[in-house]
Amino acid sequence: MSQQPTTVKAGHPSGDNRFKLLDRAITKNHSRGDALIEVLHAAQGIFGFLENDLMVYISRSLKLPLSTVFGVATFYHFFRLKPKGEHTFVLCMGTACYVKGAAGIQKSVEEHCKCKLGETTSDNKISLIQARCVGSCGLAPVAVLDDNVAGKLTPENAVQRIKQWQLATEEVAA
Amino acid sequence: MTLEDLREMAEKEKARQQERKNRIMYCSAAGCNSCGADATKAALAKSLKENGLEGNCEVLGTGCMGLCGEGPLVKLQSDETLYQRVDEAAAKRIVDEHIGRGTKVKENLVDTSAPFFASQQKIVLENCGKINAESIEEYVAVGGYDALAKALTELQPIEVIEEIRKSGLRGRGGAGYPTGLKWGIVHKAKSEQKYVICNADEGDPGAFMDRSVLEGDPHRILEGMAIAGYAIGANQGFIYIRAEYPLAIERLKLAIKQAERLGLLGNRIFESQFNFRIDLRIGAGAFVCGEETALLRSIEGRRGRPRPRPPYPSEKGLWGMPTLINNVETYANIAPIIVRGSAWFASIGTPKSAGTKVFALAGNIKNTGLIEVPMGIPLRKVIFDIGGGTLDGTEFKAAQTGGPSGGCIPKEYLDLPVDYESLATVGSIMGSGGMIVMDSTSNMVEVAKYFMEFCKDESCGKCIPCRVGTVHIHGLLDKISKGKATKDDLALLEELCAMVMKTSLCGLGQNAPNPVISTLRYFHKEYEQVLTEPVIFVSSANGKGESTHS
Repeated sequence: MSQQPTTVKAGHPSGDNRFKLLDRAITKNHSRGDALIEVLHAAQGIFGFLENDLMVYISRSLKLPLSTVFGVATFYHFFRLKPKGEHTFVLCMGTACYVKGAAGIQKSVEEHCKCKLGETTSDNKISLIQARCVGSCGLAPVAVLDDNVAGKLTPENAVQRIKQWQLATEEVAA
Repeated sequence: MTLEDLREMAEKEKARQQERKNRIMYCSAAGCNSCGADATKAALAKSLKENGLEGNCEVLGTGCMGLCGEGPLVKLQSDETLYQRVDEAAAKRIVDEHIGRGTKVKENLVDTSAPFFASQQKIVLENCGKINAESIEEYVAVGGYDALAKALTELQPIEVIEEIRKSGLRGRGGAGYPTGLKWGIVHKAKSEQKYVICNADEGDPGAFMDRSVLEGDPHRILEGMAIAGYAIGANQGFIYIRAEYPLAIERLKLAIKQAERLGLLGNRIFESQFNFRIDLRIGAGAFVCGEETALLRSIEGRRGRPRPRPPYPSEKGLWGMPTLINNVETYANIAPIIVRGSAWFASIGTPKSAGTKVFALAGNIKNTGLIEVPMGIPLRKVIFDIGGGTLDGTEFKAAQTGGPSGGCIPKEYLDLPVDYESLATVGSIMGSGGMIVMDSTSNMVEVAKYFMEFCKDESCGKCIPCRVGTVHIHGLLDKISKGKATKDDLALLEELCAMVMKTSLCGLGQNAPNPVISTLRYFHKEYEQVLTEPVIFVSSANGKGESTHS
């Protein structure tokens, strides 16, 4: 560690400019170890997910053991260690959505995408994610599709929405 | 900023508002946002322009107006007309017909004399849906920061605490610990550094009260926290908020910036010796972080795992310093108590549970949305008058309060008054305010399994009863729901629930069996029925009988 006293200023050896953005977030938090969660939020925002290399970089910058960084990153559901698909389908499994039939939607989208909630389709197009409650209980059942909340879903129109994504990407490819 | 400056600002803003012929408010909270409030806003602005009215009308985004199931909602301030399901076409009609010609658009009109509105009493939500959530001037115009000014210029810290104590306010996070008492303990603790924390990690599925308050009236929380800081002698506050609430985070950031700019947060507030700063801490999706000791760990940047209490956070909290932790709704009650007095607050509700409570009504109920009712109101009134009863007139079965830590209240107890003690006597808890209504289509074994799966996933794994117990309870419930269980399994289930409840470290584990215990208590037959069924059990039409993901 002693050879790298100025990790923050040196950036990343790969020369990836995104690390400069991350460095800015780290400096803003005064490289304090207790800002680890804020820094991880920033890192995920910049890189999309937390790669091993990224966590090593953060642990050095904040002078924390890698085990601590990895421990925190895996403890919280919000942090992803794998890249997510092009589109995300976040299905709310809160009580209100559950009572109104979220399980049926889950079944239909899982069947359609041929992967379970929490996984990404084999072509890396769509990630199915489950949320505990997005707080739009008045519109239950709800899903968040690429950051847009869609309410009053049915198993049919949920699959329809996913099909639209798939069609759009096929058109682009063609 | 002095008191005079504040008054002047309020007058200026009031005058500005009066110049306008009409103020068109659209609900910009997450519920309405997700059904197209942005498009509604654009359509309103466009129609105003077309009619040449943009000079004397303004369009503003407010907090939650309550009727979340019927959004987007639009309200006209001039005659307090409320419109529901305002899409772009309806927005155009409202401007053309109502503002232009003075005739109301009947198709979208909401009857505000209906019990949904008339039976409510608003303190916490009084500004939600009335002011522009992103304007500090509008908050000041409705008397905002008056309470902070009064506390700092007229009251000693101990008098503030006494006032809160006399009001009878109890913690709105669910446990109902007397707020004044808690403040007194932190006040007495001797330390150079103390902290004020606002717990906005609203993790209960089916609860969105705190989010709505933060989105609709963020300054109210900042003011309440600053008063708390003054009372206990802290100069630093933290708001711990879920990452799942991006709009609330954005509004809070803006509110903090505005308050700092005007000197309502920062150094020498109202020219007193009192300094107070507030920082945001964003959670990362762990239900257990709503538990106070786990929340402290998370703010310190570590894994959110609880620790045994005592020492309580009021003695040894954040970084070992005395720390006051209250819920969003508790802080929202502070400013009105300071301004209007403890006697006024104590006169609302019941003698033991004073004030009002905000509930998020959802599930199989007609009027889903956000409501605020005086404590002690009968459950029947909440569900049938305000909520309008179950959907399609199906039979009411149970109301679930308190999320995964609460229980189900069956229809026998519909006349139960809603307060901390009464709910506890029937095996539920007040909780943070989520109220999910279930009708005859809900299968109670599946409901219990659903909650247990939640607790199993969210258990932090520190203590064995919770880590292992929840897995086994879930396994047993799964077995029961699939019709493979025997009577012995049921007995084992009851035994396990009692064990997990008694021996877990924190509130998550101790309360995790509550949904199972309460459904066993009131819906024992449903468990027994499945035992005797030889075939695999399939529940109601919407496929809840399926076993779900891990």
